[in-house]
Amino acid sequence: MKYKTYKNYYYRGIIVNGKIVAVFGNMVVAEAAGEVVQNSVGYCCRDDGAKLLSEIIRVRGRNVDLQVFEETRGLKIGDDVEFETDMLSVSLGPGLLGQIFDGLQNPLPQLAEQEGFFLNPGKYIPGLDQEKTWDFTPAVKAGDTVGAGDKLATVPEGIFQHEIMAPFTLQGQYTVKDIAKQGAYKVSDKIATLADSEGREREVTMRQDWPVKRALAICKRRLMPTEPLSTRVRIIDSMFPIVRGGTYCIPGPFGAGKTVLQQITSRHAEVDVVIVAACGERAGEVVETIREFPELTDPRTGKSLMERTIIICNTSAMPVAAREASVYTAVTLAEYYRQMGLDVLMLADSTSRWAQAMREVSGRLEEIPGEEAFPAYLESRIAGFYERAGAIELNDGRVASVTIGGTVSPAGGNFEEPVTQGTLKVVGAFHGLSRARSDARRYPAIDPLDSWSKYTGIIEPTKADRAKTVLKRGNEVKQMMTVVGEEGTPIDDFAVMLKAELFDNCYLQQNAFDEVDGATPPDRQKFVFDKILEILDTDFDFETKEQARKIMFEAQDILRTWNYEAADTDEYKTSVEKLDKFIAAKGRE
Amino acid sequence: MRKYYDEITRIAGNVVSITATGVGYDELAVITSARGTSLAQVIRLEGDQVSLQIFAGTQGVSTGDRVRFLGRPMQVPFSDDLLGRVFDGSGKPRDDRPDVEAKMVEIGSPAVNPIKRRRPDFMIDTGIPMIDIFNSLVESQKLPIFSVAGEPYNELLARVGLQAKADVILLGGMGLRHDDYLKFRDTFEKGGVLGRTIMFIHTAADPIVECLLVPDLCLAVGESYALQGKRVLCLLTDMTAFSDSLKEIAITMEQIPSNRGYPGDLYTQLARRYEKAVDFDGAGSMTLLACVTMPGDDVTHPVPDNTGYITEGQFYLRNGRIEPFGSLSRLKQQVNGKTRDDHRAIMDGCLQLYANCRETREKRDMGFEMSDWDRKLLHYGDLFESQIMDLSVNIPLFEALDRCWDILAECFEPVETGIRRAIVEKHWPKEMTREEKEAEAATV
Ligand SMILES: Nc1ncnc2c1ncn2[C@@H]1O[C@H](COP(=O)(O)OP(=O)(O)OP(=O)(O)O)[C@@H](O)[C@H]1O
Ligand SMILES: [Mg+2]
Repeated sequence: MKYKTYKNYYYRGIIVNGKIVAVFGNMVVAEAAGEVVQNSVGYCCRDDGAKLLSEIIRVRGRNVDLQVFEETRGLKIGDDVEFETDMLSVSLGPGLLGQIFDGLQNPLPQLAEQEGFFLNPGKYIPGLDQEKTWDFTPAVKAGDTVGAGDKLATVPEGIFQHEIMAPFTLQGQYTVKDIAKQGAYKVSDKIATLADSEGREREVTMRQDWPVKRALAICKRRLMPTEPLSTRVRIIDSMFPIVRGGTYCIPGPFGAGKTVLQQITSRHAEVDVVIVAACGERAGEVVETIREFPELTDPRTGKSLMERTIIICNTSAMPVAAREASVYTAVTLAEYYRQMGLDVLMLADSTSRWAQAMREVSGRLEEIPGEEAFPAYLESRIAGFYERAGAIELNDGRVASVTIGGTVSPAGGNFEEPVTQGTLKVVGAFHGLSRARSDARRYPAIDPLDSWSKYTGIIEPTKADRAKTVLKRGNEVKQMMTVVGEEGTPIDDFAVMLKAELFDNCYLQQNAFDEVDGATPPDRQKFVFDKILEILDTDFDFETKEQARKIMFEAQDILRTWNYEAADTDEYKTSVEKLDKFIAAKGRE
Repeated sequence: MRKYYDEITRIAGNVVSITATGVGYDELAVITSARGTSLAQVIRLEGDQVSLQIFAGTQGVSTGDRVRFLGRPMQVPFSDDLLGRVFDGSGKPRDDRPDVEAKMVEIGSPAVNPIKRRRPDFMIDTGIPMIDIFNSLVESQKLPIFSVAGEPYNELLARVGLQAKADVILLGGMGLRHDDYLKFRDTFEKGGVLGRTIMFIHTAADPIVECLLVPDLCLAVGESYALQGKRVLCLLTDMTAFSDSLKEIAITMEQIPSNRGYPGDLYTQLARRYEKAVDFDGAGSMTLLACVTMPGDDVTHPVPDNTGYITEGQFYLRNGRIEPFGSLSRLKQQVNGKTRDDHRAIMDGCLQLYANCRETREKRDMGFEMSDWDRKLLHYGDLFESQIMDLSVNIPLFEALDRCWDILAECFEPVETGIRRAIVEKHWPKEMTREEKEAEAATV
């Protein structure tokens, strides 16, 4: 028997029935009439016919606790529940790039076409277009042996050759019995038959499903992530770098610039695919991305930025349980493209909303709460999530990566809270935004004194450390000056303070809205950094503070102008000459 | 005929449990007691036990009272007959006029599909220079006013209501003092907008549960108007009172509090309401302006803090003025590049100078000597505060920009303003003195 249920595909598993015995918020308790599988999906059937997708999150005797991914309004005691054996999963296959999904992989544009303005409960559309055909080119022939994740074929998907891979669930080696000829096929068409050593056959389509909460990493080995990943944000690349396969977090109070920083990164990051998970934040911000990206060209491919992007969008007004699922959906899609040998960046805004969703569920399950009522397993969940990032060597020797960057929205902007602390324990880099910097409009408001990175980026660590020392000392001098005034500050200290200001104003700060200044490629960063380091290292022999201020202002003026000049222009060259002359003459005409 | 149930098993806080079957989650019920009837809402189902949140509170509810379930969630009538009317937090008229007979709409509709949202780009003129010039309000924006008790935040809301030229104004009062409600009504009446205003008012004297429904009622009506293509302005005051009612109910339901007694889902509860602000692609819009009083003037208090994480900026109202620092309209850049070519320059330039003025004042207060430049800044600060910042100033945007130029010209040389030369040359007031200008204005 076939049921048209989960993800609207025909489902061949067994359906176990149950009855609702309790409803509380988005939690339903049902009595099951048979076996159920932890973390598998179920449907709560409202009496008007709507079936609400749910996930089993606890089993106690015959009582099954489900979190419902929809508003539970209208559910009644005694309503039917249908349990399936499939885990909450995503459909993988061609057609994901450029899409905008909700947290459960329903394509939002298609839902809008079907349902209009609102996201009505119980309406689901398959994540992959069932009708679209793809130009299929086989990469294996009958008789070949393949294992899980091996390439069977390719289809062009926008900017890539999308690889059709042998099912990730295969155990051991299989023989290709037959493979479809070159031609156009739909995602659910059979494209190959594989047989195991005992001759048991298995049909393969271009689509395969994978449970979102299980990491997908079929590889020879995991690698130490070391390859710098340029975001073209200077303070990140030069001072607090991230690497392909690494992890980082951006905590900061409201309005400090977390979202803007992620938006910039999603545009400029030097990776193949970007997955944006808008998790429990404003719908308006997603709309900005949705409307802007198709208009922007990706300098690396010359195509629209949207073609390398997938947006997973579960905004704050959408059901909470689906918010919890959305980050897993996003990371699973990231892992899928990694299996094709690509470098993928996944950005989650905000992981605090995801943690809060866990807290809500935990509260309804009446689990013993930890700090700030977060569940005791919060830290292990955070760790498990970031663990899914990583650089891997695929079985065919290619290196690929998933990098994860998550924002954190700490209550009251205070980093001493469970989500920030749990995240800091596991990530490789910390970009802490400070209220003081954002209030002073020093964007990006990453605090250069607090932040850190365990990775090595494009700037040699010894050089970066020299710059950091100047910043630190400059800050100390500034603190002291508030007490002793400018008069009481020795001129050498005063000079250090001015140098720190210069480095901050002209290098660390960046105008996100300027085409040139907004994105500095790695080579240019290295070049500018060296020049600035020269200034920081120069002993200017200032005689008076007036003179010191005037000379350093002039340096700032030259640098700032330079920042806005495109690399291959005459103005750019003039600025470099001007700067060299300035340094040689120590600012004296 | 609907069945009555009378086996009440528990009464605690505002919640009553009753033995009943066939009841839907979130469904509405009517409880009849000696004291009269009240609406109630299902907030938990467990076997044959139904927990109901009683809108009028449980004071005087007896275990012998009767409950009738309505078989539907909370609804609100929707038609033009609502215009000019005043209702309470359970949707009943509080203006001594009859019930409105109309099509009913459910409160708490699902989220809007982001695909169906437009990027907002219409500026709302408020006549308040601190908003129009420095933090422009944009249609469909959700923006709170952070303030403390005693500040004129309700007056500010009322003024925006009067001047925003919205098609429909919704006012949701939560924990409102009766005087304040009357003041709103008077202001709207005098301003001639009462006929397009609908009010849902919960006063401090009303049952706490009714406070919870006020935003939902307003937003449901507002959304219906927006779907008809109308430009709706929804004013909510005070969202801290709303959050406190949430807290009270959560505690009754024995939920584990997360932060200072507030439930862990405070963010979600607030976001679900604020996110109703929308610019529909293919229909109208709803703009949402809310008051949030900050207990202890502390922004890190859970209510303002969670609000800040949800809304598109915030206005701080301090000492009767909109504080230029800290206040932020996150959508302003969508509109302020299209008004007049000097808008952004004035916005940045005037604020920079005002920041400098504040520093100078600090220096002066510490007894430092004042230079010529310092004196210019002090003079500028005084003019800026009285002619631009003061809340009584009520002028259109262009006039406000012109006034800024006049102030600059009175205090500074063009180069001292830090404004780009091309802009200065175009807008710097010509040789005319202020008196001449006034004389000229008088003759027109
Ligand atoms: N790099 C930047 N350059 C210029 N302006 C910025 C920058 N970053 C942030 N801003 C300003 O700050 C505002 C808030 O930024 P953003 O939305 O990124 O904050 P956030 O940290 O994500 O806040 P929340 O936690 O409330 O979501 C922006 O609307 C913009 O006006
Ligand atoms: Mg944000």
